[in-house]
Amino acid sequence: MIPLNVRIGFFLALRALRRASPWTTSLIIFVMILTFLNLVVVSGILVGLLQGAIDQTRVKFTSDVIVSALNDKAYIENSPNLIALIETLPEVEAITPRYREGGILEANYKTRKETDKANTATAQLVGIDPFKENTVTGIANDIVEGAFLVPGDYDQVVLGHYLLKQYIPIESPAFSTLENVGIGTKIRMKVGDVTREVTVKGIIRSKVDEIALRAFMVDSQFRSMIGRNDGNVTEISIKLKDGADPVAVRDALVRSGVDTYAKVQTYEDAQPQFLKDIIATFNMLGNVFSSLGLIVATITIFIVIFINALTRRKFIGILKGIGIDGRAIEYSYVFQSVFYASLGAVVGLGLVYGILVPFFAAHPIDFPFSDGILVAPIDKTLFRVGLLVVSTLVAGFIPAWMIIRKNTLDSILGRN
Amino acid sequence: MIETKDLTRTFKSGDVVTPVLKGIDFATREGEWVAIMGRSGAGKSTFLYQISLLDDPTGGEIIIDGHNTHTMSANAKMHFRLSTFGFVFQDYALLPELTALENVALPLLMAGKSKSAAYSTSSAALERAGLGKRVGNLPSQLSGGEQQRVAIVRAVAHKPKVLFADEPTANLDNDSARRIMEIFTELHREGQTIIMVTHEEQYAKLAERIVKIDDGRIVSEEKLTT
Repeated sequence: MIPLNVRIGFFLALRALRRASPWTTSLIIFVMILTFLNLVVVSGILVGLLQGAIDQTRVKFTSDVIVSALNDKAYIENSPNLIALIETLPEVEAITPRYREGGILEANYKTRKETDKANTATAQLVGIDPFKENTVTGIANDIVEGAFLVPGDYDQVVLGHYLLKQYIPIESPAFSTLENVGIGTKIRMKVGDVTREVTVKGIIRSKVDEIALRAFMVDSQFRSMIGRNDGNVTEISIKLKDGADPVAVRDALVRSGVDTYAKVQTYEDAQPQFLKDIIATFNMLGNVFSSLGLIVATITIFIVIFINALTRRKFIGILKGIGIDGRAIEYSYVFQSVFYASLGAVVGLGLVYGILVPFFAAHPIDFPFSDGILVAPIDKTLFRVGLLVVSTLVAGFIPAWMIIRKNTLDSILGRN
Repeated sequence: MIETKDLTRTFKSGDVVTPVLKGIDFATREGEWVAIMGRSGAGKSTFLYQISLLDDPTGGEIIIDGHNTHTMSANAKMHFRLSTFGFVFQDYALLPELTALENVALPLLMAGKSKSAAYSTSSAALERAGLGKRVGNLPSQLSGGEQQRVAIVRAVAHKPKVLFADEPTANLDNDSARRIMEIFTELHREGQTIIMVTHEEQYAKLAERIVKIDDGRIVSEEKLTT
């Protein structure tokens, strides 16, 4: 049974809302919507900026699980057996093994005078099966000039855009890029003592550093260049079927003893620590902004209810005078506050999940290092809805309580 | 039924002390209609507020049905007002966002009646007051006389023991005022105790007794034959 005061409070609130000025009600709800968006979107964009980078790294580089060489090894020992094992796992959809070595790229060596400084760039040189790589990471879609590799390509490379000055016009002693290099340009690739002249076939533009700083060539050629004929690769990115759990696959590989000769990581494990730290920092910043938004919302509701209660002081006095319990009057203001906050939150939820999240997913914000999306996990969003409602509830109660505790007759007669 | 002994009420504003009631002894019996008269500032409304428990006296006693109100908490007074008293204010004091029906039903709902019972009682009472077609109107859609009739219906719908009225005709034209007084006369005929503050002698003479207050004291009482 609902207490009488609550019922009367609801009765009064419902009628006050129903017969309030539509403009005033709309304005208050509009403020609540903005407050809700401030609570959810500001932190969501901040986190989404990082989440965009994480998602890109997952899609374009690590995939769901990545197996890589141990820190003190140049490659994964026993790779062919490991690849065979991975391919037997039912969760696995596709894999792409990669050979990788640090190397140097050199351009303009034919026209360079002896006194000129060599035009070089340090890069990770990577041998891939173009078909497998594209199946797992789809990086062929990121080609901005030229074309992606095909299995029969001979002496051809695809360069990440960080290696080219026209894309990264930075003059830094610590970071060198190749000048005047485009599609069809011949460059030298040097790995250890081996140097080979190759032709630039395509340029990949990616916000994932691991891709943008790499030079890709077909694996069969790269193997001969680095002299590795045992099939031992440096890393294997594993794409799982929809719904498969990366942690379960990682654990299955670890249980098979793979971790004794390779690092097995989910995409989350492979995130660099600095990225995790930035996410934590951005989360904290988001919470700070959200708190400020919450304070603004609380003050807004407080002012609205206070002015409402103050201008209706006479009627509050009359209500008390005819025997309506002060609690019921307080409840009526609390209900009105909760109504404003709830409606603002509901409209805000509709905007966030119906428009903003899909919009930013389809049109990410173009940050230099990531495609920023709007991250709004439903549990955190609902928690913020709860916070908004509770704070407005308090903000609605306090001014009502302040006015109601005044002397009944003074209220009726408008005396101070 | 209501009795006051040496009732005083003093207002303070900074160092200024203004005694408004200076020791009023008053008594009324059940079913009586008392008109309280006096010039402006004489203390008649202040007296009404004391005996209707809307205000707290500075001194003296108010005894209602044997209960000394001095010991009552604010909450108890509020419940007492709800269950025992009805009020008619000079400016009607209807709640602007409630319809006539809802204004009348509200005290009944607060008294614990179900919504259907409260609405049914209120609707019938408004019908009797000639407002059957105005039940769904907001106060802003009613004339002054209609608003005051709604206020009276609200005040008596829960069958209070005492009906207090503070200059109920002051804001009304003659026709409307006469209509209001007809309602009061009928209520009195049905046994309703009424304590009414008024400036207007013609309406005061409808009561059984006229109590005149001046300078915070009862200066005369006149019994009328009705």
